[in-house]
Amino acid sequence: MLPFDDVIRLGIIGISQGSAYALIALGFVLIYKATEVVNFAHGDFMMFGGFAVLTFSEGLGLGFWPGLVCACMAMGLAGYLVDSLIMRRIIGQSQASIFILTVAFGFILRSAAGMIWGWSPMSLATPFGGETQLAGITIGTERIAIVGATIVLCFALYAFFARSRLGVAMQASSQNQLAAYYMGIPVRRLVSLVWAIAAVIATIAGAFMAPVTQLDTNVGFIGIKALSGAIVGGFGSIPGTILGCLLIGVIEPFSDYYFPAIKGVSAYIVMLVVLFIRPDGLITQTFRKKV
Amino acid sequence: MQVIFKTSYDQDINLLSKTGEYIRVTLVILLMLAAPLFLDVYYLSELGLLLVYVIAGVGLMILTGFTGQVSFGHAAFLGIGAYCHSILMTAGVPFIASIILTTMFTGMIGMIIGRSASKMHGFYLAVATLAFLIIIETVIGEWTDLTGGYAGFAVPELQVAGYYLTEIWQQYYLDLALALFVIWGTANLLRTPSGRSFLAVRDSELSARSLGVNVEWVKIQSFGISAAITGIAGVLLAHHLSYLSPETFGVLESLKLLLMIVVGGLGSIPGAIFGAIFVSLLPVLLSLLRDILPGAISQQAGLEPMLFGLIIVLFVVFEPEGINGRWRKLLHFFETFPYYRKASFVRQKSYLKTERMR
Repeated sequence: MLPFDDVIRLGIIGISQGSAYALIALGFVLIYKATEVVNFAHGDFMMFGGFAVLTFSEGLGLGFWPGLVCACMAMGLAGYLVDSLIMRRIIGQSQASIFILTVAFGFILRSAAGMIWGWSPMSLATPFGGETQLAGITIGTERIAIVGATIVLCFALYAFFARSRLGVAMQASSQNQLAAYYMGIPVRRLVSLVWAIAAVIATIAGAFMAPVTQLDTNVGFIGIKALSGAIVGGFGSIPGTILGCLLIGVIEPFSDYYFPAIKGVSAYIVMLVVLFIRPDGLITQTFRKKV
Repeated sequence: MQVIFKTSYDQDINLLSKTGEYIRVTLVILLMLAAPLFLDVYYLSELGLLLVYVIAGVGLMILTGFTGQVSFGHAAFLGIGAYCHSILMTAGVPFIASIILTTMFTGMIGMIIGRSASKMHGFYLAVATLAFLIIIETVIGEWTDLTGGYAGFAVPELQVAGYYLTEIWQQYYLDLALALFVIWGTANLLRTPSGRSFLAVRDSELSARSLGVNVEWVKIQSFGISAAITGIAGVLLAHHLSYLSPETFGVLESLKLLLMIVVGGLGSIPGAIFGAIFVSLLPVLLSLLRDILPGAISQQAGLEPMLFGLIIVLFVVFEPEGINGRWRKLLHFFETFPYYRKASFVRQKSYLKTERMR
């Protein structure tokens, strides 16, 4: 049996890991809600965003926060272009094609990052070095920063979607594109903007994850775990996504400790079990159409 | 332009409806039969491997192309098939019994996955199958007693009914026979009520259900058949590789299968064949591209994945029907010469199909 201290420590690591997954999954859910496309390359957007922060903050010497803002703007533009140049053309095609297309983006981003920044892991200097004492337990500050970033970002997104004119228009176009279009909402531009926001979130996630995972071209695979967290919670609802990601994040360190043989795959096992019992995730978002 | 004069109702469900198709298919089969006469050993074994991928592609095509269920985890069935067969052969089970047992086993696992998949929709299924693949890969790697783990597992020699088929051409004929059998069987399947209901479920679950199709059972069937066929491909692949390791059946292999059917043309059997040819030629193509590109770019490490990704993007954006669609357009051009018009294949106005309302 684990001593109590370690249980708490694993729990805190789990919560922080879970918030990191939630931070990544937010981008998935936004794009899905707007266009019903699952961007399998989102993890790679995150990786690319992390590298972009490195270039702006250290390569150009702007410092962390201005660098983060610049990188967010650059990645947001990239996200906007991805939608307006490519994704817009393939609306209505079969899901298999769309999935494989986003997977292909992942390949392109990964090798582009490798060509620009090299294939070996790099580290990003962030203001959250060192360790913090929390209720008698020592924990890395970067892990607390991730939790903080997730909370702040969730509230910001909530305020944006519930209060601002643009956000309400986005909600409307995600619920019914045609009706939104008739109401004079520029649906196409909004969808591209959603992609831009998702890319910005990915960049923030990349920057905050950098002290934990290092900047590496293979970091993108963490996106798949975030995706399974989102699925556990029920894709399409933001509270469900956060709940699911936290669940996965907390279960993971404990199962890695107790069953080292299945290290790294416990998230997927949890997801399959949940899907077996509740095929739409814990919080359901689909409705059966009545004829 | 050829006008088909129908003299019987059966003509509507003929496997090949036009004379040209008969001639082409016969020629291709004859060419494949004669291949060992003029190909040397290396190309013959590559051709055998191509046929294995044709089988796997047809397997995935049944699920993704005809039933509309996207699976990212088909390499798992390939792996289960390969390992199950090798373990049975090592235990002394004869080849024919072993391949039948393996097919049944992978089919059963497919049906179990299909049972839970029949309730999921869209990308939940894609991610669930991806998770299934990762779990199977880990299980194969960790179950050292049975599979040899990451150290690998030696595949026993190919031995059918007491005869050792160690020559490449013998193995090639085995691949060819099974590939032809699978293609013929799938073509037949598509004109049975089950096959028709696969297509109905793909096009609209709602209308299929209204017409009395048991959607859940159709999905389970489709998963089972698809997994069984992929299992056969796994058996043959095992003999080609002759040494199995869990990494062979990873996410990349799954993506390769999916790439095959998307590039080949979703929803057609020739699509799976074209896709397999494309994937086999891809390394050659990539190295050719490397030569054409200027030195500063071609010297970069990691160029292959980028070109791989670009090819997919270009295909999906500019030719969603895949190579098979291109081929049909070409045929149409010659059949109706000089009346071909671009508008004959123009895409209908497409719109977003929502999944939230089912």
